[in-house]
Parts: sequence; structure tokens; C-alpha cells
Amino acid sequence: MPEVTLVEAINLALGRAMADDPDVVVLGEDVGVNGGVFRATVGLQERFGPERVLDTPLAELLISGLCVGMAAQGLKPVGEIQFMGFIYPCLDQLVNHASRMRNRTQGRLTCPMVLRTPHGAGIRAPEHHSESTEAMLAHIPGLRVVMPSSPERAYGLLLAAIRDPDPVVFLEPTRLYRAAKGEVDDNGEALPLDLAFILREGRDVTLISWGAMLKETMAAADALADEGIAAEVIDLATLKPYDENTVLGSVAKTGRCVIVHEAAHTGGFGAEIAALIAEHGLSSLLAPVTRVTGYDTVIPMARLEQRYMPSVGRIVTAARKACQYN
Amino acid sequence: MASKRANEELPVIAHFEVRRRNYLAPDGSIDRPLPAFATDVRLLVELYRSMVLLRLFDRKAVALQRTGRLGTYAVSLGQEAVSVGIASAMREDDVLLPSYRDNGALLWRGVKPEEILLFWGGDERGNHFSGPRHDFPFCVPVGSQAPHAAGVAYALKLRKEPRVAVCLFGDGATSKGDVYEAMNFAGVHKLPLVFVATNNQWAISVPLRLQTGAETLAQKAIAAGFSGEQVDGSDVVAMRAAAEEAIAAARDGKGPHFIEAVTYRLGDHTTSDDASRYRSADAAQAHWKEEPVARLRSYLVGRKMWTKADEEQLAAECHERIEAAVERYLNTPPRRAETMFDNLYAELPEAYAAQRRELAGEDDA
Repeated sequence: MPEVTLVEAINLALGRAMADDPDVVVLGEDVGVNGGVFRATVGLQERFGPERVLDTPLAELLISGLCVGMAAQGLKPVGEIQFMGFIYPCLDQLVNHASRMRNRTQGRLTCPMVLRTPHGAGIRAPEHHSESTEAMLAHIPGLRVVMPSSPERAYGLLLAAIRDPDPVVFLEPTRLYRAAKGEVDDNGEALPLDLAFILREGRDVTLISWGAMLKETMAAADALADEGIAAEVIDLATLKPYDENTVLGSVAKTGRCVIVHEAAHTGGFGAEIAALIAEHGLSSLLAPVTRVTGYDTVIPMARLEQRYMPSVGRIVTAARKACQYN
Repeated sequence: MASKRANEELPVIAHFEVRRRNYLAPDGSIDRPLPAFATDVRLLVELYRSMVLLRLFDRKAVALQRTGRLGTYAVSLGQEAVSVGIASAMREDDVLLPSYRDNGALLWRGVKPEEILLFWGGDERGNHFSGPRHDFPFCVPVGSQAPHAAGVAYALKLRKEPRVAVCLFGDGATSKGDVYEAMNFAGVHKLPLVFVATNNQWAISVPLRLQTGAETLAQKAIAAGFSGEQVDGSDVVAMRAAAEEAIAAARDGKGPHFIEAVTYRLGDHTTSDDASRYRSADAAQAHWKEEPVARLRSYLVGRKMWTKADEEQLAAECHERIEAAVERYLNTPPRRAETMFDNLYAELPEAYAAQRRELAGEDDA
């Protein structure tokens, strides 16, 4: 099997989905001739033509609204928003239309669309290019929010998202686009949505994360192993709806939990998981659930962004504290 | 001024024009020769009957709201010719994307009156209606259906289907980026899409002069690269003619068109609004002289196509139809609470199954 980067895996999945299903169309800014600013859609317009891989005007609200209209007509649009910082004009369409078209028409019209966007900081990008506001999206009923953390999962989860009969926001960890490499078999097999992946088993502490922060979380698990602490690492992968059973099952085993996310602390998705454990896993807890997150401030630009993001050291310290708690 | 003279020496590189269409004068006389379809008396009578049905239906809906049997409702009083005229020019397999004040179009396309009442009575099943299955539901967030119309029209064009999307919205919506972004895209791809702005002069309390500095709404199409026209929106013959031409051209691959239907909102914005707070009764009163139902009736009566007996019979028929619909609406029991989870996703995710069970009262076992 060939080794590919995460962004190449995205490209493989898009190509596979378009080859399999003539209803799949790709649209967004610079996705056609240019192949996308991160090259996620490179070569697709040559293969499938400008009608199915279209360069839209520079209008994010339009891209999301087009997806709703196309999807209700039976196409399977995959829209690209160039960076997560530019997704906000799409919120009206996601909240008021995409996520509830099926419900408000009682199944008469549906919205099988995917909105892809690069997520997160760490690539020294300009202002507004480093956002991680996934919790906002995960709050919307009727939507799916998915974030892969490896080429293999990017391929399988994107195929699943495109085939899913409901709207999916697909968040791609910008920092891993080229940094994450792995073997991907372009066999057209999707991975299940709504399920978390246990990346590493351990009995002492559960580390839960998603997207690019899995890199630091896995490194922290290595460091903890050197200290004799066996960490279990969960990639949540789908944030909406998320896999409560895997989370609760792991915490029942370890009794300790550290949640890691790049997004700001207050109201982040870690709060949701901590509340779940408080409601349904309290009796198995041996230590307070802790969160290692971005700070409650605006994500700083390049010079300070590394200081904002959770480090391996902060994760190790939090996990160690949980294990020493009594 | 020297600078102005200098400018006049520069070449003009583009010319634009916006035309205004009308056939029937407010008193029902003819301003200019009628379009071909107007020789079809049955069609004119059908347009008339539909406008009357809408007006009487609105009246009943308001009565239901005032007596606590319906939620907030938006009447079409004074602008019945727009939605009826437009819908009458559509084929069944064309796609309608309405706002929340286009009941004339919905009724014309086969949506049952009780389904409209169900929606405004607070039941999602009203959107699961008997009209064409591909038509869009009511759109409450103003103008946000315009990008959908562009997406629909793109899908129709991609599949080379000879169908047209028709998107209705009000004058207020033309101030939103949604509408302009959709128009811009439609222009780029020459989509089979007809935009219809019902310019009833008021966006709740905000008059048109505070909505735009443009002379017409129709000219907004020019910036998007296609044609726009102003139509007397109280003249159903003009509305039908404009729609017929625009839809035929769009079906023929000639691209989008924008119709500004100039009319007047004779009623309140909705049953929750009181227009006397922001406009004088006299202002609205003057526009009663132009309203579309009396105008077409004057024409029909003048040509001996319609009699007092016809009018009485129509009123009785409408009354019977509306009362029967109200009866069915009032006798429709609410859905079971747990069904609020049905149709949320194609299949309810495991994560929400417990919440559905709680609503179903299945938790106390």
C-alpha cells in the first residue's frame, strides 16, 4: 500500500466518491483549476470536468446555500470553505437550513451535503486562518461534525460523510495535512461515523482528543509510558453525535480522564465530555476530570500560537496529576 | 465644472435600461394590447378565482389567529396577483422556492389550505405538503432561500433537465447578501432561474426608501449580468406575462431574469404587527384603488366574462372549501412528542435514543 499524506488521502477519497457516484459535485473557492489552496482537490477538475468541480465566486454563504439547494435536488455536493475562519457566513445556512431541512419538511426534502474546511492552528498562517470553533457546530441538532486525525481515517471518514444521507461538516486538521503520513488503500471502503477510535490501550488514564491535537496526545502517552503510566488514547473523530459508550467504557476502566483540545477552554467540546462523565461515570472516577485546552483568548498569530496550543508537557502534567490524585 | 466636461469626453462603455410592464389599468381598462394568453377566458377566470380564494383564505386565517386557533400569520392582502400570476406560468416539475407570504403560489401548485394552516398552526407536517414534492417549504429567514434556488438551478442545468427554479422574496430581502450572492452566481452560470421580488413597499416598518438608494430593484439584476424588469404587481395579467416569458427563456437556456413586482402591502406585516404604528391609514387607503382583485374583476365584468351570479357562486365555493379545510386542520391532532426526533437524521443516532424514549414516556419502566 502506498504511503500518503492526510491531504492526499482527502484527495483520494474525493476522487473515489466522484468516480463512484455521478451525483457528487465539488465546489468552492479555487478548488477547480488551482486544485485548492492546500491541493485537496488537485486533478479532480481534469478528471471530472468543470461542471462537477466548480470554482465558485468568493462567497462562503453562497457555497453553503448552493450545497443546500443542490442536495435537496438530489446531488451530493461537497463544498470547501478555504479556512475555518471563513465558515461563519455559512452558519445561517447550516443552522437554519442544512441541519433541519429533513426535519422541517418531515423527510420530504433532505440535505446530503458535506462542508469541508481546514481546522486549527500551528502552520504560522495569517490572522483568521487558525480557528478551531468545532464546539459551535457540534451544538447544532441535525448536523454531523467529523474530524479525522490520520490519512487512513481521513479517507474512510470522508467517504462515509459523502455517502451519509445527512449534512456533515468535515473538519480537516491543517497542521496534519502534510505532517501526517500513512498507508491508505484506495479501496472505496468507508469508516463508520459516530464512532470513536481507540488509538492506544491503557489502564491508568484515558486521554481523549480529536484532530491535530492527537499528535501531542500520542506523544504525551509515550512520555507517560516512560514513567510507568499506561494511557489509553481515544480519537473522538465524530463530535456530533459522539460516541458516548467508548468514552464511558474507557473511563470505567481507567477511572481517570484528561480531555485535550486546541479550542478555547470555556464552552469547548471538552466541557460536554466532562459533563457526560459527571452524569454517567462518576462512580468510576478516581480523580477529577481535567481539560487541557487552548486559552480563553483570541488565538494569537504566528509568533505566539505555539504558546496557546496545548503542549505535550501540559498533557503529561495533567495526566500525572490525575494519577497521583487521592 | 471642468471635471464634468472632461468626463463627458470619456467613452460610454455600457448601456442599461429597465422597462416597466403593465396591461390592465387600475380601473380594469386596457393600457396596451394584452398578451396572447389573455384570449383564454378560462385562464383569466382561473387567475381571478385563485386571487379571491387567497383573499378569503387569508381573512379566515386571521380570524383563526384572533380567536387563538392559529399562530402568527402573514396575509397577502393587496399583492395576490404576484404569487398567483407567477405560479400560473410554472410547470409542475419546475421548482418553487417561496418566502413566507406566497400562499397564492402554494395553493395554485396544489398545496392544501389545511396544510398551510397546519404550518402556521405550529406543525411541521404542513411542510410535508401535497404540492410538488420537490418544491421548497416556507422560508422564514428572509432571503436565505435565494442561494438554494441557485443550487437547485445548477443541479437542473447539470442534469440538462428542461426545468426552471423560481425564487420569491420581498423587497427587504434584496438588501441581503444572500440574494445578491445567488443572483451573482446565477449570472455567472446562466442558470435556469427566475427571481421575483415582491416590492410591497414595506419590510415590516421600514419603507423602501430606507431599504435601497436604487431607483428600482429590477436594476440590481444588471450588476449580476442579466436582465431585470419592473412589473405592475397588482396586474395579474402583467405578472403572468412576465413570468411566462422569463420562465420560457430560462427553460430555453437563455439564463436568469429578475422580476420586480411593484405592489402594496395593504395589510399588517403579520398578525403580530400593527401597521398604524408606522404608516398612516391614508397612505394605504390610496393603494386600495390599485388592488389586483377588483382590477381583474372590472376587466372581466366589462367584457361580460364575469357576472354577479358568478361572483356569488365563487364566494360560496371558496367559503365551503375554506371551512372544510379549517375543519380538517382543527381536527388534526398534534404529533406525539417523541416524533420531534423523527426526520432529524435519516436514522436517529444512538446518542439521542434515550432522549426520544424519555419523550415517549418509556423511561419509567
